[in-house]
Amino acid sequence: MAGIQELKLPSRLESVEEAAIRADEFAKEQGLGDDFVSAIDLAIRESVANAVKHGNKFAEEKTVDLTLARTDEGFEITVRDYGSGFQIDEIPDPTNPENLLKANGRGILFMRSFMDVVEWYNHEGGGMVVKMIKRQ
Amino acid sequence: MSDITISERQAGDVTILDLVGKVTIGEGSVALRSAIRRLLGEGKNKILLNLAGVGYIDSSGIGELVSSFTAVNKEGGTLKLLKLTQKIQDLLAITKLLTVFDVFDEESEALSSFA
Repeated sequence: MAGIQELKLPSRLESVEEAAIRADEFAKEQGLGDDFVSAIDLAIRESVANAVKHGNKFAEEKTVDLTLARTDEGFEITVRDYGSGFQIDEIPDPTNPENLLKANGRGILFMRSFMDVVEWYNHEGGGMVVKMIKRQ
Repeated sequence: MSDITISERQAGDVTILDLVGKVTIGEGSVALRSAIRRLLGEGKNKILLNLAGVGYIDSSGIGELVSSFTAVNKEGGTLKLLKLTQKIQDLLAITKLLTVFDVFDEESEALSSFA
């Protein structure tokens, strides 16, 4: 590991911007290029927004735990919430014609489009974790 | 300070909204929603969104574009998009929304399409 940063953020929308700013600074310190940083930025915004809204449901006592790590492979992000979890298979595909005009449900598609690995698991201490890797 | 500035111009019966800033979860999306609601309330239902100045949009912002589109359609109007940045174009392609929106690079061309 070339570098790691951990953050605990409150469950409010302002945390999305804060997470993105911190990740942007960290990624640039690691010498990553603009396109790479831009992909990370989008993945962080979407995953932290999901954790605040759908995971923690804006509960102030619950944090969103973010880990950023520069690895030999590239860049790894984990975002943990303290919610009750969800089944990824049950999330509707927003590109299906019947879902095209829905207002929500595109965040996971963006995360998958800009990151090389996106996977979810239940944390042993409770809540869900999404782990994302962008390879270099 | 707000994440987005929305200015309004009129070209015949078409209302052009020039968006500058970020259309993201929270303020940016809410500002766009309010602007569209206000126009529909004033009976202005031919709307062109100029996105040239939008440096950033997230899934919430894309969702707001879709909600605006459906809200305007419901009122018997039309909402079209002008001057997408490469980034926004990529996101609309990923979400297959380029098949939904009428998109233009030139304002004059966009305005004639409302006729």
